[in-house]
Amino acid sequence: MSGLRSWVARRLLFGVVQTVAVVLLVFALTEALPGDAAVALAGDQPDPERIAAIREAMELDRPAHERLADWAAGLPHGDFGTSLASGRPVSTYITDGFGPTLLLAALTVALLVPVGVGLGVLAARHEGKLVDRLVSSVTLGVYAVPEFAFGVLLITVFALRLGWLPPTAVGYGTDLLAHPAALVLPVLVLLSRPVCSLARLVRAGMIDALASPYAAQARRYGVPGARVRYGHALPNAIAPAAQQLARTIDWLLCGVIVVEALYVIPGLGTVLMNAVAERDVPVVQGLAVVFGVTTVVLNLGADLVARRFAPRAEVAA
Amino acid sequence: MNDVPMNDAPVNDAPVNDPRFPGLRRRGFLAVAGGAAGLGALALTGCAGSSTAGTSGKADGKPKRGGRLRAAFAGGGASETLDPHLSNLFADVARAKALFDKLADYGPDLSAQPRLASKWEPNAGLDRWKVTLREATFHNGKPVTAQDVLYSYRRITDPKKAYRAKASLEPIDLRASRAVDQRTVEFVLKRPTAEFPNLLAAFGAYIVPEGAQDFDEKPVGSGPFRFVSFAPGKSAVCKRNEDYWDGAPYLDELEFVVANEESARINALLGGQVEYAHELNPTTARAHEDQGQVQIVRLRNSAMQSFAMKTDRKPFDDKRVREAFFLIADRKELVDGALSGAGEIGNDLFGKGYEYYADSLPQREQDIDRAKALLKQAGAADLKVTLDTSPVAAGFTEAAAIFRDQAAKAGVTVRIKTGSKDSYWKDILDSGTLCSYRSGAMPIEAHISQRLLTGSTTNATKWQHKDFDDLYQQAQSTKDKQQRAAVYERMQRRLYAEGGFLVWGFADWILATARNVRGVEAKAPANSLDWARFDKVWLA
Repeated sequence: MSGLRSWVARRLLFGVVQTVAVVLLVFALTEALPGDAAVALAGDQPDPERIAAIREAMELDRPAHERLADWAAGLPHGDFGTSLASGRPVSTYITDGFGPTLLLAALTVALLVPVGVGLGVLAARHEGKLVDRLVSSVTLGVYAVPEFAFGVLLITVFALRLGWLPPTAVGYGTDLLAHPAALVLPVLVLLSRPVCSLARLVRAGMIDALASPYAAQARRYGVPGARVRYGHALPNAIAPAAQQLARTIDWLLCGVIVVEALYVIPGLGTVLMNAVAERDVPVVQGLAVVFGVTTVVLNLGADLVARRFAPRAEVAA
Repeated sequence: MNDVPMNDAPVNDAPVNDPRFPGLRRRGFLAVAGGAAGLGALALTGCAGSSTAGTSGKADGKPKRGGRLRAAFAGGGASETLDPHLSNLFADVARAKALFDKLADYGPDLSAQPRLASKWEPNAGLDRWKVTLREATFHNGKPVTAQDVLYSYRRITDPKKAYRAKASLEPIDLRASRAVDQRTVEFVLKRPTAEFPNLLAAFGAYIVPEGAQDFDEKPVGSGPFRFVSFAPGKSAVCKRNEDYWDGAPYLDELEFVVANEESARINALLGGQVEYAHELNPTTARAHEDQGQVQIVRLRNSAMQSFAMKTDRKPFDDKRVREAFFLIADRKELVDGALSGAGEIGNDLFGKGYEYYADSLPQREQDIDRAKALLKQAGAADLKVTLDTSPVAAGFTEAAAIFRDQAAKAGVTVRIKTGSKDSYWKDILDSGTLCSYRSGAMPIEAHISQRLLTGSTTNATKWQHKDFDDLYQQAQSTKDKQQRAAVYERMQRRLYAEGGFLVWGFADWILATARNVRGVEAKAPANSLDWARFDKVWLA
């Protein structure tokens, strides 16, 4: 067990390093933007006095390393700084946007796992037969459709033509649970591509596992077919799928900009987009930290799951 | 995504360190105007004419009270505020308009119309103006007084702050200005300003109660609607103010919702989630124009579209080259191609349809032969120029490509250089020779003072002529409106003949409403009083 513990410790340490790197990179990239933030903010009113005033208000006249140090010093206390645009704390931006994002992500994952794994297993069981060919070609086809196009298509058909569902969640604010109908289309769009990739991964993993010597050996011992499939083959098929699932959850939690914009859902993606448009550096940095930590934690989780299901697969830190 | 900055800034010739940079958003900048182009004194045309509303719903019928209207705007996300002096986006202004009033506002021709001010009267020197307030009350029941006006203007011009209207109010000496009585303010100006009423209509110059600082909790204004609730970046709800001085609104409630994506706004409208969708693309408008599902409203003359030539450097320091470029442009083709037909052609002058616009000048047409001859005379027969553009505004890159092909016919090689969206307006201000340019609605006088005087801060054509500056001063010191109009005409004649702005069109501002919405004014360029105004709107 100490092996696992030191492995976790190493992963955590590495995660911290990754997060710090993300923060530095975000800071450096914002600094490197053309014409500096004050010019971008001055927009179509670029007279020099105004740019100077903006620069002063944003404290851009202070050296970059000082600003970075000040901000980084607050992080351990949960102080993400204050927004340049509104003067409100960055943490309120993050907590506000997190609710809708978490809701969408939770719903999507709750449907994604059974549907994706189910389809994968189904196809694997009927390898080469009609069901398999159907599942494989449909998943490939849907996977090829970009979310934006798929989203518009769903709105046109189900909201505008048939009138079954509301086209957007406009005006519902963060209280999306009170309007479940507004969540159907966005969740469908979010599901579309991950379901396909997950199903294809599980299918491939299952087929490999079922063809492996240990599955054959188990059958020779007279272990029932269902137990071979779900007790022995599936866990091995899930190991690679877990990595994919972690990436999907990460994608969902870091704000799905296209879907949020299309359906007017005020999640983290919207917060990020607005902050970038406004050059609200503290908010962008705050989000970068949150996203960085999320990514690190999820990957750690996925590795743990993979180790649990298929202990012999050594996962590189 | 669908960034359609209305471009261009407010303010007159004064230093412009205005808006709330905190909060300066890059999406949907309003265009405003500082300066002035008003009816000199008096003129109580006021609201009567402008408020009768509705060309959009032709069969308007008798207004009906009641109902709730939801209006979708592109917004500013979690940073939004209800502080009217911080207004910066279209959504900010629409909300500020519902809750607050200005002393004056722009009519359909961008002339100042009295609002909270019932009249204004200058002295002979045009540097002292007596403004009388009408009887109006704030939502808390207190009357709107001269003290509130002075407080509001002093708050805006606080040197430590950077409110957007600050530069517009610069001509006012607020230390010397005073309250004569409860409803009379005497404004002392730093110099004669015939167009002073335009200052009162300046972007963001709203009147708030004396002492007000916090507007996010429970903002109190004198506007047609009272505050109910506000969730930044999501929605703002307000209800009818029964005591509104201009007549109580017909709607019971008004809700502003934020939807940044254009497709989301039109979908929400089509799906019955909102009744009013602001800022739509020409293609969307065309797709739904005669379908009967929604009403499309086009606000004409809302945004000037042009190419700006730097008149102080080669090759455009030769006025024959500038004239040749005027003659190269096929304006119809530009409007059809770059604006998808949603607009009108221009005549190399700003402000078509606005007060003081020189509409007596003949419409300029494409004349390639003459353009070639002029270029030859100027020794620029095989001219090569670089046209700076950027996807910073709708239609910019398309217009640039169309113009390149038109110029080729006259033997001019135009090389298009696409610059960064973020720094475009700064980049083109001093460098380059030819660039794409646009501007939102503002009085013609403001356009001149911001862009065409030697000291103007955003003089993108480098039009710096002492005699032109003098004409401007002359106009500002001329009390008689007729005579003033004649001075403006002289200035415009000169710009028409040899100015630096090749104004090829004026884009429509497009919005859509549900079929039962009535009283939405169509003769209201974006930025004017009747644009995004909901107190005269009703649901049939």
